Amino acid sequence: MTAQGGPDATSRGGPASLPGSRAQRRRDERTSALRSTLVAFLSTFVVFGVLVYIVVNSPGWPAVQASFFAPDIFWSSLPGIVAAFLVNIQLFLISEVLILALALVLAVARSSTAPVLFPVRLMATVYVDIFRALPGVLVIYILGFGIPGLNLPGVPTDPFLYAIVALTLIYSAYVSEVYRAGIASIHPSQTAAARSLGLSQPQALRYVVLPQAIRRVVPPLLNDFIGLQKDTVLVSYIGVVEIFRQSQIVEAGTFNFTPYLATALVFLVVTIPLARFTDWLVARQARRGGGASGAASQVASALGRSRGGQAAP
Amino acid sequence: MTGSAAAALQVEGLWKSFGPLDVLQGIDLEVAEHEVIALIGASGSGKSTLLRCINLLETIDEGRIFIEGEEITAKGVNVDRIRRRVGIVFQSFNLFPHMRVIDNVTLGPRKVLKRPASDAEADAMRLLERFGLAEKAGQLPDRLSGGQQQRVAIVRALAMQPDLLLLDEVTSALDPELVAEVLNVIRELAAGGMTMLIATHEMGFARDIANRVCFLDAGRILEQGPPAQIFAEPREARTRQFLTRIIEAGRL
Ligand SMILES: Nc1ncnc2c1ncn2[C@@H]1O[C@H](COP(=O)(O)OP(=O)(O)O)[C@@H](O)[C@H]1O
Ligand SMILES: [Mg+2]
Repeated sequence: MTAQGGPDATSRGGPASLPGSRAQRRRDERTSALRSTLVAFLSTFVVFGVLVYIVVNSPGWPAVQASFFAPDIFWSSLPGIVAAFLVNIQLFLISEVLILALALVLAVARSSTAPVLFPVRLMATVYVDIFRALPGVLVIYILGFGIPGLNLPGVPTDPFLYAIVALTLIYSAYVSEVYRAGIASIHPSQTAAARSLGLSQPQALRYVVLPQAIRRVVPPLLNDFIGLQKDTVLVSYIGVVEIFRQSQIVEAGTFNFTPYLATALVFLVVTIPLARFTDWLVARQARRGGGASGAASQVASALGRSRGGQAAP
Repeated sequence: MTGSAAAALQVEGLWKSFGPLDVLQGIDLEVAEHEVIALIGASGSGKSTLLRCINLLETIDEGRIFIEGEEITAKGVNVDRIRRRVGIVFQSFNLFPHMRVIDNVTLGPRKVLKRPASDAEADAMRLLERFGLAEKAGQLPDRLSGGQQQRVAIVRALAMQPDLLLLDEVTSALDPELVAEVLNVIRELAAGGMTMLIATHEMGFARDIANRVCFLDAGRILEQGPPAQIFAEPREARTRQFLTRIIEAGRL
């Protein structure tokens, strides 16, 4: 083989033997793919079988089964829990809109470069630092109990309102960092091109930079939506009767934990599709040409830096 | 240089540094209306920086720049108003990738000149047609070849009806077979009387099209003159060296 030289040897293999070997290779590939699937299926089955066996045969299982898996309580509590989840959805939708707007303002303020805007940059930076540093629950407590506690005339007492405000304050700090990473990922030559046409800095931002930046950060934004959706349960602490509070109420009446299981199921049903959709978007963005994927990874790395401690518990 | 009032562009004693690096070291340059100037010089000699300064994309350290007699480097000048009058086309096209070709072209007229969208689009279509790009109007830039993208970038600059057009190595990022279509566009503009300052490595093209060639060396205009003189009998040794290297690279 070495004496004859590789290329010669293969070409002498001839056209007759080539199609045969190619078909053979394809058959081999198919068999090995089938084998992989089988192995994956079997190992999953074994692992979960063993886990279920261990749990079900543990000494405490009957008690756990009775307090967490009570079918009658599950079905009787489910309508109330689903109804309470509508409150979470309201919290989520209203604060999300406010977050997206406030965060954009913060990001634009922090991305500004003009010396005269330094105070604005400073305020935005301090804001973001504070609300990323504080545990979300604390912000919710301080706002939800502190401000109504002042007993000032004309200050509202509705906990729902403070829930919205608290979630908006906390999450807009995170989301502004997502936007900012997106803005930073747009090459300065885009701004230069816009400015060279006579567009002002704000016009360049509005028509050229932001539309591209926002498109790039849709997947990480969706990730934050998922976090927000889960964090809506935190406002139960200040008395908003949402899904978690509702399950606590049922638990208090029945001394049974099944409602929490129902709540968990509701979140799984809602959140997993959203998470899958986000993954799909990220994968699609990565598949798109070099520029876009380079940009996506730039956004991702900028985000990695900003994610010291997520608010979510 | 004593400024004749009507010079399309006049640069006086322009200095520009990036940190410790003096990129432009006292540039004097006067361009008359309808004149086409080729700016040649080695990579890093400051061609792009000079063009960016003229378009006020860089702040300058010293010197003055006049457009048709008006000092654009004076304090308190509205830079956006100046940029309307000076178009620039970049080596890397810098089209807006999220906008269709037609929107790339009409953005300036719509947002800066405040023209009604229908008028701006009609004018843009006329320009696109003139340069053989009419059927690309509805497409996104990344669906176009490099040559087409660069021609769109030129059309985008032209749509602002600039008094002066700056071209920064507009064919350097193109595959060789796409260079000609872009150069032909520039030839047509020159024939139409557009005042242009063209940084280029295409020496043959510079010789054909330029009224005057300026050789930039280490931030200074070392030598300038009609193409016949600069290319055939350069006075300066550095110019000769540069041209010899270019010839060896097969670009003349
Ligand atoms: N924004 C910048 N910051 C620092 N250095 C720069 C910048 N732009 C250009 N330079 C430097 O200035 C010099 C001239 O660059 P440039 O004007 O691009 O030259 P040319 O276009 O002739 O190749 C180079 O040494 C380059 O590295
Ligand atoms: Mg250059």
